Amino acid sequence: MLKRRPTIRDHSAEANLFARRAFVGFIFILALVAILLSNLYKIQVDDHQDYQTRSNDNRIKVIPIAPNRGLIYDRNGVLLAENKPVYNLEVIPEEVDDLTASLKSVSEIIEITEQQQADFLDDIKHTRRFKSQVLKARLNENEVAMFSVNQHKFPGFSIEARLARYYPFGDTLTHALGYVARLNRKELNKLEQQDEATNYRATHDIGKLGIEKYYEPMLHGKVGSQRVEVNNRGRIIRTLSMVPPQPGDDLVLTLDIGLQQIAQHALKDMRGAIVVLDAKDGGVLALYSNPSYDPNLFVHGISSKDYKALLNPDRPLINRTTQGRYAPASTIKPHMAILALEENIVQEETTMWDPGFFQIPNVEHRWRDWRRWGHGHVDVYKAIEESCDTYFYDVAYRMGITKISNFMARFGFGELSGIDIHEETTAILPSKEWKEARFKENWWRGDTISVGIGQGYWTATPIQIANATNILVNRGINHPPHLVQVAKKEDQITQLNNEEKPPVVLNNEDNWRIAIDAMHNTVKKSTGTAHRAFKGATYDPAGKTGTAQVVSIAQGERYDADALKERQRDNAIYVGFAPFDSPQIVVSIVVENTGGGSSVGAPIARQLMDYYFAANPIQSTGDKAP
Amino acid sequence: MTALHDKRSIWLRLHIDLPLLIALLLMMAGSITIVYSASGQDSAMVIRHVTRMAGAIIGMFVLAQIPPATLKRLVIPMYCFGLLMLVGVLLFGVSSKGAQRWLDLGITRFQPSELMKLAVPMMVAWYIGRNQLPPRPLHLIIGFAVVMLPTLLIKEQPDLGTSILIASSGVFVLFLSGLSWRLIGFLSSVVALAAWPFWHYGMHDYQKQRVLTFLDPESDPLGSGYHIIQSKIAIGSGGIEGKGWLQGTQSQLEFLPERHTDFIFSVLSEEFGLFGVCVLLSLYLFIIGRGLYIAVNAQDAFGKLLAGSLTLTFFVYIFVNIGMVSGLLPVVGVPLPLISYGGTSMVTLMAAFGIIMSIATDKRMLLK
Repeated sequence: MLKRRPTIRDHSAEANLFARRAFVGFIFILALVAILLSNLYKIQVDDHQDYQTRSNDNRIKVIPIAPNRGLIYDRNGVLLAENKPVYNLEVIPEEVDDLTASLKSVSEIIEITEQQQADFLDDIKHTRRFKSQVLKARLNENEVAMFSVNQHKFPGFSIEARLARYYPFGDTLTHALGYVARLNRKELNKLEQQDEATNYRATHDIGKLGIEKYYEPMLHGKVGSQRVEVNNRGRIIRTLSMVPPQPGDDLVLTLDIGLQQIAQHALKDMRGAIVVLDAKDGGVLALYSNPSYDPNLFVHGISSKDYKALLNPDRPLINRTTQGRYAPASTIKPHMAILALEENIVQEETTMWDPGFFQIPNVEHRWRDWRRWGHGHVDVYKAIEESCDTYFYDVAYRMGITKISNFMARFGFGELSGIDIHEETTAILPSKEWKEARFKENWWRGDTISVGIGQGYWTATPIQIANATNILVNRGINHPPHLVQVAKKEDQITQLNNEEKPPVVLNNEDNWRIAIDAMHNTVKKSTGTAHRAFKGATYDPAGKTGTAQVVSIAQGERYDADALKERQRDNAIYVGFAPFDSPQIVVSIVVENTGGGSSVGAPIARQLMDYYFAANPIQSTGDKAP
Repeated sequence: MTALHDKRSIWLRLHIDLPLLIALLLMMAGSITIVYSASGQDSAMVIRHVTRMAGAIIGMFVLAQIPPATLKRLVIPMYCFGLLMLVGVLLFGVSSKGAQRWLDLGITRFQPSELMKLAVPMMVAWYIGRNQLPPRPLHLIIGFAVVMLPTLLIKEQPDLGTSILIASSGVFVLFLSGLSWRLIGFLSSVVALAAWPFWHYGMHDYQKQRVLTFLDPESDPLGSGYHIIQSKIAIGSGGIEGKGWLQGTQSQLEFLPERHTDFIFSVLSEEFGLFGVCVLLSLYLFIIGRGLYIAVNAQDAFGKLLAGSLTLTFFVYIFVNIGMVSGLLPVVGVPLPLISYGGTSMVTLMAAFGIIMSIATDKRMLLK
């Protein structure tokens, strides 16, 4: 049939052939549709769960929300650290067509330094292009206004408000409050180790110093989160659900900002430290170290110029109240007197003759009294009131370093006071063991003599001196110093730091009275070293002056302030408390290189106490009431 | 009986095949629904889409009025004009997205490859249909040359999708004309052997990349694999019932690329699930079945071959597009016929259906 080609077309054969081919074609199509369907069935039914998950992963993002940091108040409810909105100029790079050109024209409206531009360009290399990046932080009102009217010219540029820490009292509280600043890599690693990194996912700043650092876990709060639906460019379309962040605890300090300001004004431009304690519970009423600096500089990243300025010889970065190591000098004479009485080295009525110097038998060296001609007949009262050195050279020599060292350790010397900031040093309470470890030398008998008047190897911080005085005026009761009294979370109030340390117990409790009376006389009696400063006070104060030598004066020479370089002049020290019979406050003052404790230290104590008792009238006790 | 006959005769006189028209209109209604969702509820876009549809329907209606005999006379001029234009495109064409497909005629842009989608099967059907079926080897060779010339010109633009569609439309004519199975087997082996040199010398880098990505889309999730992955996520997450109209997160949140054009099937799968897919495929199969029915009942060989080829080519669109978005085939730019947004393919497809209707109603006119 195929060989014989028909001249006339066989239409029915053609139709049959075509119909068969069309049928084969349709079967073929059905087979291919079956392949498509089986593949779609696999995707849509078998693997549905997997693709459902991936679809949700695509669109649902969990965005952390930073908690608001807890606020800090003083004891009277004055706000000391707050969160203030700051306005930053931010840019979403993907929305800007020509970044270089836009940066140029924006900087014609708002001043943006080349450094800021370079930092910004560097930042955006490391982040997603739809994420907002800070171009300039902390715009002032004028800049906000200037940009706002021109905003339409800069798509992708916007002004964003964020909360940033602000310290309204600036340099008045720096050494107590500390500050927060940008969280760095090292801190992030530490948070990771503590399993806290998730909690900080949205947080920019962390406490770097002072209370802000010490109470970081309480102040920070708990991170919240928001489940949002995003589109393919990561832009948020809507919020699906939200777990609100828990704000950090608010802290109420024992500090009195008024008293703190008095302390700052009293020191003016003198280097020094002031600690005022609440005698009833060890709460710190004032803690000021001069010179100070503005903590707000650090919150937004301090410029290198500003930072260099802080590295000057006056060392404002040092917290002198807890890190300054000063010879406690005569302020520890009351403690030394108590030890001598406890050890029966002297009795209340024992007197000795002070020729103006002390000598170890058969040794030529003379330890001089501050009064070159001596104090004559001296008993324990007069020794404290007039701050007789010879008396204490003698008792110290007779007691020996070990007894002194052990006793003073019970008043907190040589160890951290436990105040709730991390910036603290133990200073040095000398002992035989200490000297051997430190200098690989034996303790000489002569080393003990100057320890008797709080000099020699002995150093202490102003907070230690205040604490030791506080223990004494409370007759052994030991309330360690602390800055924070209460943490507040919504309505829940937690008392903090109200624990006591084991008290100092004496064999003869009456010895407390002797030391306290003597410190009272120091102010009350006209011969007392602090008498002049407290003339006319409405309350009944007690205290002890101290003048600490910074350089040793060679044998036979006299201390001559004018001849010495400023940094080598004596430190003025004062400890005081009031009222003497029922102490409410204890002050400890160190002023560097200004000479006598009675002429410089005591007047500052007077200012502090005047302010305190004006604001807190003495609670009348039974015997004073009419 | 007569009443029924009279009723049908209205459509016959209008040269409309009613079952096919109804299926096409249902398809378009579906298209409007999905394009509205895929465009992100962009009414302006939907209005443009509907306008083009209206134009395409008119075009179909006009072509349906042209009897096959007239078409036969237009075959050679159409084909030659088309070839000339393709050469013109390669020489003076307008570039868009890295390919030269358009010819700027001043008033409008014209895509000659669309014309060839109709001209090639018409030319081959006319040439093969002139002689007794099955065709003799010489006719086959010439027929094959008629197909390959425009195919290669279009592949040079480059437009792989269209060249595949045009090549298959011509090859389908040869297949339907009774090309012997032995020859089909032999040619298939030659094609398989030729694939190797084609891979090395015949394909552009972006086409090779598509094939490689297709073989393992997860290897490049942010690059060229992204489209396939997002498409499969859209289809898979739709499940059996779908997420609901306008509720497809992959499409509404723009994770899915080319949502309203090449990847519109993924939008449909995501929002209407496997259920919607089955409805769509059933409708497609009905259209194909109807097309083949018309072809089988056509008056002459030209009509049979042309209607059959156009119908089978219609399926190539479907298979390549769905195969592509569901990860069975490499990414080749072929729209989902009658559903995807885009005027050109819609007009060409409806024109093809116009020709099919002309063939369908031609015989009945004679019978009358």
